[in-house]
Amino acid sequence: MSGWLLPRDRDPVGRTDRPIRITVDGEPVTGIEGQSVAGMLLAAGRTSWRTTRSGAPRGVFCGIGACFDCLLTVNDVPDVRACRRPAADGDEVRTQSREETA
Amino acid sequence: MNVVIVGAGPAGLAAAEHALRAGARVTVLDQAETPGGQYHRMLPEVYAARRPDRIQHGRAEFDRRRRVLAHPRCRWWPGSTVWAFDRAEKRVHVLRGPSDGSGRRRLTLVPDALILATGAHDRTLPFPGWELPGVYTAGAAQALAKGERVAIGGRVLVAGAGPFLLPVAESLLGVGAEVVAVLEANPASTVRKGWSSRPWRLAAHAGKAGELVRYAATLARHRVPYLMGRAVIEARGADRVREVVTAKLRADWSVVPGTERTYEVDAVCVGHGFSPQPELAVAAGCVLDDGFVRVDTVQQTTVDGVFAAGEITGIGGAITAAAEGAVAGRAAAGGTPDAALLRARDRARTFAERLAVAHPIGPAWRSWLREDTIVCRCEETTYGELTRATEDESCPGPHALKLGTRAGLGPCQGRICGPTVAELCGGAERHHRPIVQPIRLGELAARIEGEPE
Ligand SMILES: Cc1cc2nc3c(=O)[nH]c(=O)nc-3n(C[C@H](O)[C@H](O)[C@H](O)COP(=O)(O)OP(=O)(O)OC[C@H]3O[C@@H](n4cnc5c(N)ncnc54)[C@H](O)[C@@H]3O)c2cc1C
Ligand code: FES
Repeated sequence: MSGWLLPRDRDPVGRTDRPIRITVDGEPVTGIEGQSVAGMLLAAGRTSWRTTRSGAPRGVFCGIGACFDCLLTVNDVPDVRACRRPAADGDEVRTQSREETA
Repeated sequence: MNVVIVGAGPAGLAAAEHALRAGARVTVLDQAETPGGQYHRMLPEVYAARRPDRIQHGRAEFDRRRRVLAHPRCRWWPGSTVWAFDRAEKRVHVLRGPSDGSGRRRLTLVPDALILATGAHDRTLPFPGWELPGVYTAGAAQALAKGERVAIGGRVLVAGAGPFLLPVAESLLGVGAEVVAVLEANPASTVRKGWSSRPWRLAAHAGKAGELVRYAATLARHRVPYLMGRAVIEARGADRVREVVTAKLRADWSVVPGTERTYEVDAVCVGHGFSPQPELAVAAGCVLDDGFVRVDTVQQTTVDGVFAAGEITGIGGAITAAAEGAVAGRAAAGGTPDAALLRARDRARTFAERLAVAHPIGPAWRSWLREDTIVCRCEETTYGELTRATEDESCPGPHALKLGTRAGLGPCQGRICGPTVAELCGGAERHHRPIVQPIRLGELAARIEGEPE
């Protein structure tokens, strides 16, 4: 199992959900307005979307913009921290790699 | 007086309130879209939550506190990142717009006094496998659960040191995750010694005690074990965390052999206290002690006209942060903080000192590390590489060590590994980052706009 978004009908805060849709490397991912890109990816079951110099996978670590582990490309702008960026309907997201080709 | 406050957490909001009371004009800015900082984390406005108080403790207090932002002499700038401070001209450089975007507006402010209230982020000690996806800081779990209603996983282990682990566990339960256990690395004897010597000095924090009792009840109701003297010493999995190994610790955090236990999990969150975010203070030329900004009795830093409050001056929780902010706000506006404000601040600091004594980091945590354990997550520098570089006499000093191993030179610029590398290599942490927050070259080249009216 992986992450999820608590369903609205089970959430005691009584929220209103406005569905949005983004694409990640061309694949559709759904979520709700107000979520960060990182939150949407986690809730969609992804734990990583970046590779390091050695090729190791990384996703969210600190969740508040300090670690830069969650970088990805949003609408052609690279190195956006997924945990700090609110997702917008129609965003085109691409995963990133810092992998060094020997 | 024109006072600029960076950070709208408990410290920044209290500073604004008291600077306004002293008659100043105030600008409060925060890189987040909503005020509150890490403690008063708000749900996105579009969630239109009818009962936000169900997850946000102290909501009434926050609603009162944030009203200062609507004061006629207060200007509130959300989504505004301070990316540099020009020491010579006392100029604050701001970018307004979506995080890490490419077309943000570039503005500058030249205040009469500056209050830095930039807070802290989680500190996590390294252990084998901590770089695997599925390993999070405790703060990340909290931010996602409380700020978005996202659970980081189905079966989660919460571990580390300090009372902050309790609200994290509560929030995870609140979004439907199963918390397999909460582990406090310090044994009960250490925690008890810290909290119960001279307990009357905690009377001012009776509210905190009540909060702890409530967390304990929540854990008990969900049958979540709270174990002391136990820590995560390894995370395992090929592509992501699948299991974690925990072990019993002695008071110095050395592992008691033969006490290892393995939990199957799909997420683990770990926090060993917090690291301050003092980059702006460093840019302003303020002196730091052990990473924290040095302040005098009215929260002024070593630089005239620059004040600091909250977790950048010491870790003490939201009440302490607000008490310091109140004093800083009054003083920065040219007023004299009255005795009651100073007393409240000093009392709150005692609580902070207690916290540090009750939940220290035991020096023997290094015994968890192996040769190939990653210390710098960005550059993947291992413990072995670091120790070899420290022993290499041809490259002495922290600078050579960095260049030789690349530790701290990756995208996070040592924010995460800095304190650890300093501790392992016996050097002082270098906080100097000429650019406080990343800015894109295109934005840098753009014409600077002056202060708008
Ligand atoms: C992720 C996380 C979650 C936490 N959750 C809890 C909790 O649930 N309960 C609890 O008791 N304690 C919690 N804490 C501890 C908490 O940090 C403090 O108790 C309290 O919030 C400190 O207040 P502060 O005003 O000093 O800083 P903060 O509340 O951290 O506020 C600092 C503010 O400054 C802003 N900022 C920083 N740098 C810049 C910049 N360059 N430009 C513009 N804005 C900037 C930040 O966006 C932030 O809003 C948490 C800490 C973290 C890191
Ligand atoms: S998770 Fe650390 S910067 Fe996004």
